[in-house]
Amino acid sequence: MAEVALPAAPAAEEAPPRPDFQIVPLRGLPIVAAVLIGLIAAIAANKLWPLEFFHIAAGALWTSIDLFLGLVLGPILGRMAIPGRIELTTRLMPKMLLIMPTVVTVTLASGWQLGRLMGTIDSSYVNHGWIVASYIVVGVMAVIALGLLEPANVAVLFELKKRRPDPTVIQRLMKRFIYTAGIIGAMQVATLVIMTKVATG
Amino acid sequence: MTSMALIVIGGIWIASHLPNHVPLGPAVALLVASAALVVVNVVSLLRVPDFNWRQFWLVAKWAGLAYAVTAGMLAYVFINDGTRGGELVVLMLSLVVYAIHVPLLIGFTVARYQPLATEH
Repeated sequence: MAEVALPAAPAAEEAPPRPDFQIVPLRGLPIVAAVLIGLIAAIAANKLWPLEFFHIAAGALWTSIDLFLGLVLGPILGRMAIPGRIELTTRLMPKMLLIMPTVVTVTLASGWQLGRLMGTIDSSYVNHGWIVASYIVVGVMAVIALGLLEPANVAVLFELKKRRPDPTVIQRLMKRFIYTAGIIGAMQVATLVIMTKVATG
Repeated sequence: MTSMALIVIGGIWIASHLPNHVPLGPAVALLVASAALVVVNVVSLLRVPDFNWRQFWLVAKWAGLAYAVTAGMLAYVFINDGTRGGELVVLMLSLVVYAIHVPLLIGFTVARYQPLATEH
């Protein structure tokens, strides 16, 4: 393997360079508000097409983002050099703070309404066992995401906002983020199996 | 974490029975246990020495607003669908516990890594 000469390590008190960022990107809030208003309208209208649109679009985004983050980007992030990891984190994580709660809320709310409209959430539905399995998978993912991943995400952003971020804290929180994203990514495979089964009857 | 898991199990229990009659006993027991755990968490938090409460509240109040919106959306769906009576009460209270507990967790995780004289 080729040897690469690295520049001298910066002094301990010097923080690695990082772009300035907002923990919650305020410019994204109107988009979130517009999506939620559209969701409310779709639920109030109780029509198949808008509910299908919201459930499939948001569900596909949720599954794809989790799979990509957990199984592709997470492992890459874990092997990146600290400055690169910090730069990617400061650009990616604030957006995730808006995107993930929005797609999860839209998927669940429109999915429940859709299930009600189509009768798939009724306990008499032929594939009721599969529907309950989907509740369990979503429930486990919610506990991991809300209890471990989201707090770590916010905490790492606050740490990076400090004038002198502590690399050990960032490393510990990022490790938690990468592991939980991997577990959730793997669980999304179960979601795909269940949802395709339910869709095909 | 355990508190949230209990709420989720209670929610799954109710959701898996709807729209038929839901035996509320297990859901109520899970809700009470979850709420009790939140109280225990808050009491334990109050006893943490040198805790950065300013940072905790800064994060918890905005997270609380965000999770109140998501809980509100889910509550709207249940009400819109005609869920009523005991099922609705337990679901609403579960959403309240969720909307309190998640911001507590986020606020705590942020504040525990922030020294009291935090640099911002």
